[in-house]
Amino acid sequence: MSGLPLASSFLQNENFLDVLYIIAFSLFIPGLRGLSGPTTAVRGNRIAAVSMVIAVIATLLQPSEGNWGLIALGIALGAAVGVPAARQVKMTAMPQMVALFNGVGGGAVFLISWSEFRLTDGYTGTATYVAIFSLFAAIVGSVSFWGSNIAFGKLQEILPGRPITLGAGQQVVNLVLLTLAVAAAVDIASGDHSQGIFIGMLVCAALLGNAVVLPIGGADMPVVISMLNAFTGLSAAATGIALNNPALIVAGMIVGASGSILTNLMAVAMNRSIPAIVAGGFGGGGAIEGASGAGEHAGSVKSTSAADAAIQLAYASRVVIVPGYGMAVAQAQHAVRELTKELEARGVEVSYAIHPVAGRMPGHMNVLLAEADVPYDQLKEMDEANPEFQRTDVSLVIGANDVTNPAAKNNQSSPIYGMPILEVSDSHSVIVIKRSMNPGFAGIENELYYDPKTAMLFGDAKSAVSEIAAELTQL
Amino acid sequence: MILASVLTTNLAILVLAGFIGFVVISKVPNTLHTPLMSGTNAIHGIVLLGGLLIVGLSGNDAFNKVILVIAIAFGTINIIGGFLVTDRMLEMFKSKPKPSGGASPPQGDGSKAGEADKEKVS
Repeated sequence: MSGLPLASSFLQNENFLDVLYIIAFSLFIPGLRGLSGPTTAVRGNRIAAVSMVIAVIATLLQPSEGNWGLIALGIALGAAVGVPAARQVKMTAMPQMVALFNGVGGGAVFLISWSEFRLTDGYTGTATYVAIFSLFAAIVGSVSFWGSNIAFGKLQEILPGRPITLGAGQQVVNLVLLTLAVAAAVDIASGDHSQGIFIGMLVCAALLGNAVVLPIGGADMPVVISMLNAFTGLSAAATGIALNNPALIVAGMIVGASGSILTNLMAVAMNRSIPAIVAGGFGGGGAIEGASGAGEHAGSVKSTSAADAAIQLAYASRVVIVPGYGMAVAQAQHAVRELTKELEARGVEVSYAIHPVAGRMPGHMNVLLAEADVPYDQLKEMDEANPEFQRTDVSLVIGANDVTNPAAKNNQSSPIYGMPILEVSDSHSVIVIKRSMNPGFAGIENELYYDPKTAMLFGDAKSAVSEIAAELTQL
Repeated sequence: MILASVLTTNLAILVLAGFIGFVVISKVPNTLHTPLMSGTNAIHGIVLLGGLLIVGLSGNDAFNKVILVIAIAFGTINIIGGFLVTDRMLEMFKSKPKPSGGASPPQGDGSKAGEADKEKVS
């Protein structure tokens, strides 16, 4: 009988718990390293998950721990929501799911700061730095929570994808909100215990989160999610300093740093600068320009049928498939794979050209095509694919738009000017599968569709691709 | 004095962790950007620990208990959802039975046509 208390006193020994924390946060490093390589990624993710479990256990073993009922309730609620959401979400909806998970993380951060403020009666009796880091976490967490929810709303198309902006006053409004939030924080840190001020600070940060993300066009959303992800990481690290918890500091800061790098990599891939994205408005101006452009091009669009497309593809020797978000929403990846098999059986050489930001998130297309068992080596990244278009007979564009728009190369006034594109118009002919002539996510007209080499096959990506495959078998 | 040293230690940890984050993620193929974002997203769910620590302290009133339960639920969603989604995404990359590559010239047309032929048979 005496073994139990002994064991429990050993388990709750401070050094033992510190060792557990050190094991936990050291494992995050190989976990993350694994995630950055294709062959090690699955293992990396699992290592990170294991270290998370260790960190949670070490926290639950803390001698000061209590209120088990509330802890169980919170975890049960979280699991009841999180597990089915993660299991059932379609691969196409992955970007908004990541935005949502990021948002709740930010929400947890600001709620924790709030409870800390209330518990200590406005940081009475704590060191000033504790208040500063806790307040920083509250502001950033709140911005991240609201910003991520807006990003989710835009990607889920609950909110319009096009920028919603206050116009020229936008920057001023953002600056005023930020100043108010920081002023409230400074006031509290210097000794004001008023909860009204704290709530006012949270409200300002919430409005700021909305005001920053609402004006950003849908095309920039992946970069924004990545940036908010880094923000949540930083706020978690700040919470860690306020609570003197090394595991929180390390994990939060690693996410903050790696998230910033990832944000930058994505922005570079789109040839956009992060300040320009945050300044917002991308895709809004283009819609007006596109409207005038449509008038001048009208009538020169050539449309084709599935049967003609099948013939064109069957007699090609080299076909490049350019997938985009249209393929994702139509769940057409399996149909595309079938079409590829059919073409390969006829000796056509088929590869896929993947733009770094095709779909709604970098790597989105790769995930979907991998799901349909497309061999990894048929997927070509942009730099590898572009020189090959000149000797390509048919480029089959499936629901991709902005990433093929020649305006990015030719038209200096286009909002996407300078963004690297897949140079589809270099190939001998182009077939574009698209639901309608509506402009893409960025709201810009695509000159490619008016190119004499281009034939449009209007329809849902999945049924159009299946029809082509069916026509092929009858040839 | 003691408080100051706790702060300095924690700041040192913060700076070093930042460097590790920069170094670990210096070069990532585009393909892995989404899973990596999702994976790091799961990791910042560690803020759950903050909720667990504060809820254990005495003196939380009813309102605090409510927001802490929400915070714990949020943190749990972030962690569990994040890791599960990342795992699902990465599972899809696993099915690549091809041990080949490397040996053949990278841009040679012949070798690619050959591979396509092999595909056809299967």
